[in-house]
Amino acid sequence: MSVFDYQKDKDGIVTITMDMTGPVNAVNDEFGVAMSETLDKLESEQGLTGVIFASAKKTFFAGGDLKVILATEPGSEVELFESVEEIKSFLRRIEKLPVPVVAAINGAALGGGFELCLACNRRIAWNDLSVEIGLPEVQLGLMPGAGGIVRLTNLLGLQNALPYMLEGKKVRGPKAESAGFVHETVAELDELLPRSKAWILENQNNTQATVQPWDQKGHKIPGGNIMRPSVAQVAVAAPHMLKKNTRGLMPAPERILETAVESVTIGFDAAMKIESRKFAGLATSPQAKNMISTFFFQLNEINAGNSRPEGYEITEVKKVGVVGAGMMGQGIAYVAAKAGIEVVLKDVSLEAAEKGKSYSEKLLDKAVSRGRSTVEKKEKLLSLIHATDKDEDLAGCDLVVEAVFEDMGLKHKITQDCEPRLAEGGVWASNTSSLPITQLAEVSAKPENFIGLHFFSPVDKMPLVEIICGQHTSDETLAKAFDFVIKIKKTPIVVSDKAGFFTGRAFTAQINEAGQMITEGIDPIRIDNLGKAIGMPVGPLTSNDEVSLNLLVKIRNTHLETGLATPEDDKWPAASALRETLVNDFNRGGRYHGDGGYFDYDGNKKVLWPKLKEMYFDETANSSIDNRDIKDRLMFSSVIETLLCLEEGVLRTVADGNVGSVFGVGAPPWTGGYLQFINTYGLQRFVDRCGELADRYGDRFKVPSIVSQKLASGETFQ
Amino acid sequence: MSNNAYIYDAVRTPRSKGKKEGALHEVKPIELGAGLFRELQKRHDLDTTYVDDVMMGCNAAVGEQGADVAKTIALHAGWSDSIPGVQMDRYCASGLDAVNSAAQNVMSGWNELIVAGGVESMSRIPMGTAGGAFLFDPEFVMNHTSVPQGVAADKVATMGGWTREDVDAYALASQKRAANAQTNGYFDKSVVPVVDRNGITILDRDDAIKADTNMEKLASLNPSFVQMGSMGMDDHLLQKYPHIVEINHVHTPGNSSGIVDGAGAVLVGSEKAGKDLGLTPRGRILAGAVTATDPSLIFLGPSSAAERCLQIAGLKQNDVDLWEINEAFASAVLRYIEDLNLNHDVVNVNGGAIALGHPLGATGAMLISTMLDELERRGQKRAMISLCAAGGIGISTLIERI
Repeated sequence: MSVFDYQKDKDGIVTITMDMTGPVNAVNDEFGVAMSETLDKLESEQGLTGVIFASAKKTFFAGGDLKVILATEPGSEVELFESVEEIKSFLRRIEKLPVPVVAAINGAALGGGFELCLACNRRIAWNDLSVEIGLPEVQLGLMPGAGGIVRLTNLLGLQNALPYMLEGKKVRGPKAESAGFVHETVAELDELLPRSKAWILENQNNTQATVQPWDQKGHKIPGGNIMRPSVAQVAVAAPHMLKKNTRGLMPAPERILETAVESVTIGFDAAMKIESRKFAGLATSPQAKNMISTFFFQLNEINAGNSRPEGYEITEVKKVGVVGAGMMGQGIAYVAAKAGIEVVLKDVSLEAAEKGKSYSEKLLDKAVSRGRSTVEKKEKLLSLIHATDKDEDLAGCDLVVEAVFEDMGLKHKITQDCEPRLAEGGVWASNTSSLPITQLAEVSAKPENFIGLHFFSPVDKMPLVEIICGQHTSDETLAKAFDFVIKIKKTPIVVSDKAGFFTGRAFTAQINEAGQMITEGIDPIRIDNLGKAIGMPVGPLTSNDEVSLNLLVKIRNTHLETGLATPEDDKWPAASALRETLVNDFNRGGRYHGDGGYFDYDGNKKVLWPKLKEMYFDETANSSIDNRDIKDRLMFSSVIETLLCLEEGVLRTVADGNVGSVFGVGAPPWTGGYLQFINTYGLQRFVDRCGELADRYGDRFKVPSIVSQKLASGETFQ
Repeated sequence: MSNNAYIYDAVRTPRSKGKKEGALHEVKPIELGAGLFRELQKRHDLDTTYVDDVMMGCNAAVGEQGADVAKTIALHAGWSDSIPGVQMDRYCASGLDAVNSAAQNVMSGWNELIVAGGVESMSRIPMGTAGGAFLFDPEFVMNHTSVPQGVAADKVATMGGWTREDVDAYALASQKRAANAQTNGYFDKSVVPVVDRNGITILDRDDAIKADTNMEKLASLNPSFVQMGSMGMDDHLLQKYPHIVEINHVHTPGNSSGIVDGAGAVLVGSEKAGKDLGLTPRGRILAGAVTATDPSLIFLGPSSAAERCLQIAGLKQNDVDLWEINEAFASAVLRYIEDLNLNHDVVNVNGGAIALGHPLGATGAMLISTMLDELERRGQKRAMISLCAAGGIGISTLIERI
């Protein structure tokens, strides 16, 4: 029996219900066989009046098989080209059937799934939020290869189609019709097939209903083709906008744009060929490998609980206490309430606590005004947050997240004051980016229930939470904390308790290297811009100004005072000294502290603090280093620090290192994270390059031995 | 040794605003060119069967200006059917490229007499009509960081440290010099009035000069390329220049070349041609060169081409009396002056395209006439003519008065 169930009814309508092996329908070998057989049958079917493609799964069709694509190597472009050309030929045969064909979209139709829909004459979808439709390939460094670009561009016009393809923006059921993705929707799932059949019967005498728009005589692309000045204008402007955003580091959106422009320039069939060629080249690119492996496979692993200790039941936090209603506390309160958890938001005064709560109100007002939420939802969420100044209100919380200033004494005091209020077996979590959890837990009555939860600011936007296990933290506590992070829809990574944890170390490594370069006499503007050039969200100096120079000076001092680090441990002594000079001698604590940081700020404008160049710039040093070395020094410093974290056991899995570096440290998405970067850079090449950098710029670039070990055993970082 | 390439004459049309309201909008491109051809024929009682070829530069060679405009101009002027004609496109270098090619042809001995020039009706065939991968092919644009000239011109100004005031001051000088030259009749020898089929004058002098402009008026103009820059082009371009913080958009319609209609034609021939036809040479083409650099460093090309010309001619910089660098943008001139360490007193002495306008593919040929006239008026010997062009191309021609 085929995985494509074939049923012909009394009206001559054939319904193909796709029910492939595994949880979803996908493009793979099985699909090839099933589709080929189905088409043969349809093409020879007597008395055929119409065809419906439907799904027996919760989703309609999931798209390409990423495992297969991930496994392809450079050199396999011919096979890739031929395989997408084959899928294209199936879809083309569907289009050429002499009867109306309907896609009955009951659930998500993404990537190849939507491409199948686009080859049908009529797209009818269930009007439900679970029905996600789109071409998200770009987010994995890929592009649609089964006609998605050419068809969507022909359907919507260049300008309207581009954002869906360049950003991978998805559309949900309720918006699918207005976006032009489907022709109509049905309110209830069980109306889907009846409506599909009805449409076929309504259009029995309508010959147009069997011909795709692009196959109709005199087909005009909405908005016009490239000869239309407004369309040419889009083709002229889009490349610059695109490269402004991608900095030339992402080939996928570039190939998508090129293909879309070809689609409004040349004939349909030729554009389809171009799409296949570009897809084949892209699928073997390092960026695609990096992004697929981290943002699909590893992220799924993490969210599936790979780093969660086994053997503990999934727990659900019912009531969470948040102590400290400042920037972090108010954000944590919001995301917890948003997940339906009752929140006690406590600060020293009721006023401060209420102020913290009003942050949620502001976010919700904004969401309501933009139509992303409703007044009822807002009221319901706010009613979950109880602002207070009383410790006793924390009674019964099964989790308390302490989110006060980074001050060991203060955190100790709060732990002592409030910990007894926890419910039986409750977990105490400290939100800290720098203080050792084991030391924080020293005053705890139950250090096994004590854990670190490092949130990132702004909490409502940043997807990552770094879970830090102290020396005494139990597996059960970790499991509970993990469940909480998943519940509030964040991505958890799990690290061990060592100065700076993981994200702090990987983050500061790069900005320290940048500081080091300033003291060598290199132009700070150049350093900052080359940080952007490798794909960082902002340059390292701008980044340091944002998190404040003060903070890094303070963290370093704390580490020195508490014996967590010694001056000899500092791999960037000149950078540390530079920051101290700026903070202590010139009151330059950062963008929001003192008189500015590396830059002077005036609203959104920034100019380099002139004295910085006066003090350090050296023309000879600046002209004797090339851009490549500056870029590699920035990238490699973070990569090497990540490797050390893995080697030292601070990181427990490669997936945590990759996902954590992109979501928490700002590692460029094209790298797939600071460990995956090495896989496609090439381990041997990485070792060699580290050697060059170490010779030129110091021992901190010496390659960590874990790379040589992997290399020796023929492994990569997986 | 090769033959000499003599300039027997050089003429041009007046220039007028290249928009619907411009005086020359009603004149077809082939008519702009043919008017000059008829004048050359009349002035020299030219037997056109003697002309071996006509070479015409044209930047937007499409529509009524396309499909070998040189051949159609020759026919339209009533010249001999025996002249083949070729249209040439090297962006803004086209007109001068035609002159250089004509000189090479003559020097090689393959041809004796050629008309070289250029034509561009920017009012009838607007800039960009010809398309091209440079700005319209996303793959090319992304691979080569290809931005419009104006954005690159602003980046050159930023790199050179030239402020809005610097470029405006240069523009003001151009206007004053052009106005002075026109008032005193310095352009009269070359400018051939454009007439209608009845002989009624349509335009007999350059009408785009703004003699009454001043720094205040210039300062009041909005920069032209801010919007383009903000749409990603600035960031895109600066990815190649990490030491630059941001592009200072200094160019405005007041300090960039004007969009105009116009044509130019130069009669280039051998010594034999002069003897056979009884022509007296006015000048000689000593050298020509075309070079190219990084496309986003657009204004580096002209000076390197000028240096190459000196090298070919075996001359030194101080053997040249006058320098003419097309005023595509003020920063193009400032860059040329800086690269060659010139004195503004001997550069663009009668103003340039900022005042008079720049009919893209024609300008190079027009500058031959301007320089030849000026050498004669001053009794000086040599002039260097240079233009920048898209793709980082620079072109130069060194001429000598006889």
